[in-house]
Amino acid sequence: MYTTEFEKQKKLVSTEDPEKLAAFEARVAADEFIEPKDWMPEAYRRTLTRQISQHAHSEIVGMLPEGNWISRAPSLRRKAILLAKVQDEAGHGLYLYSAAETLGTSRQEMIEALHSGKAKYSTIFNYPTLTWADIGAVGWLVDGAAIMNQVPLQRTSYGPYARAMVRVCKEESFHQRQGYEIMMVMCAGTADQKRMAQDALNRWWWPSLMMFGPSDAESVNSAQSAQWRIKLFSNDELRQRMVDQTVPQAEFLGLTVPDPDLKFNTDTGHYEFGAIDWSEFTNVLKGNGPCNKERLKTRVKAWDDGAWFREALVAYADKKAARAAA
Amino acid sequence: MSKEWPLWEVFIRSQHGLAHKHVGSLHAPDAEMAVNNARDVYTRRNEGVSIWVVRAVDIVASSPADKGMLFEPANSKVYRHPTFFPMPEEVKNL
Repeated sequence: MYTTEFEKQKKLVSTEDPEKLAAFEARVAADEFIEPKDWMPEAYRRTLTRQISQHAHSEIVGMLPEGNWISRAPSLRRKAILLAKVQDEAGHGLYLYSAAETLGTSRQEMIEALHSGKAKYSTIFNYPTLTWADIGAVGWLVDGAAIMNQVPLQRTSYGPYARAMVRVCKEESFHQRQGYEIMMVMCAGTADQKRMAQDALNRWWWPSLMMFGPSDAESVNSAQSAQWRIKLFSNDELRQRMVDQTVPQAEFLGLTVPDPDLKFNTDTGHYEFGAIDWSEFTNVLKGNGPCNKERLKTRVKAWDDGAWFREALVAYADKKAARAAA
Repeated sequence: MSKEWPLWEVFIRSQHGLAHKHVGSLHAPDAEMAVNNARDVYTRRNEGVSIWVVRAVDIVASSPADKGMLFEPANSKVYRHPTFFPMPEEVKNL
């Protein structure tokens, strides 16, 4: 979801103490939570560090497509709401970085990995927000997909990650509702506004479904992650839920989901949907999406431009400490 | 950033009469900024009426390996719980 699973994982040659490993796996199987100082297999630590830090990076980079519209929101009400939402995303990034740090990787290392392009973030944030309707579509679909993924993660086996997810989930449903409300208003507006809403749905639908990651058959880390309760539902299960939940919401808006193969199967009670163009996903993941370069450039610039301020805070703290010691 | 800001653990009192509870952690250069950042990161929705911040390095924690030694002795002392003492139905207010 907020992580990208196409990375090759080194073949797992377990060098772990089998007794410790068995005790660890029994705890996980008994739905216990693992805490930072508890023994854990190296592969568990590595997988979680990657997943949580990618999730954090996604929250941070995710501020950029929406931040793009703060100064151009159509009313003061919308502007205040969007500002609050983007601030929440920053908060979510911070909760997640803190959780990842408990596994032994420093904040600075994670930030450097993002800025150097070594670490990944969700492909969804490499698409542009072209019109105000995109802000509606992002809240409705992108945050909707994020919620679908994050709700089960509240029960994931690593305590700090699970607790961060509890906080995130409490805050996230406001994000989805504000997005859907934007869509409702636009769909009840002029023909042009409704056309904008449809255009936004057309562009965001497929990338949102891709957020759940490759199909189960292609997903490299799934079995181990499921056993360790890092992953509670498969990519395809979550994607199906997303489609089942979202199609009626689109119908309510009077919008058409851009999938000619979409149809409801009365026997299964689920929607069947068309094939996903995974070459697009792979391409965006490789850095060739519409905004990959711009997003990273903007992120690094914000960090570099803030350096003098961070340094000043440290200088001030050092001066105060020196005076107190004198 | 030449040096990494220290890690602070954040505790929030959600309402008067309740204890401060650990909610998470953050980085800040000093205590004042830690409180300011905690306000922004952990109380955006009226979660608290008071904030404590403590440098993470100053917290002394028990080790998971000592769990048995520390907590097992309490397991055998079930008589510390009132349910250990069954009371007759007809006796009230006990």
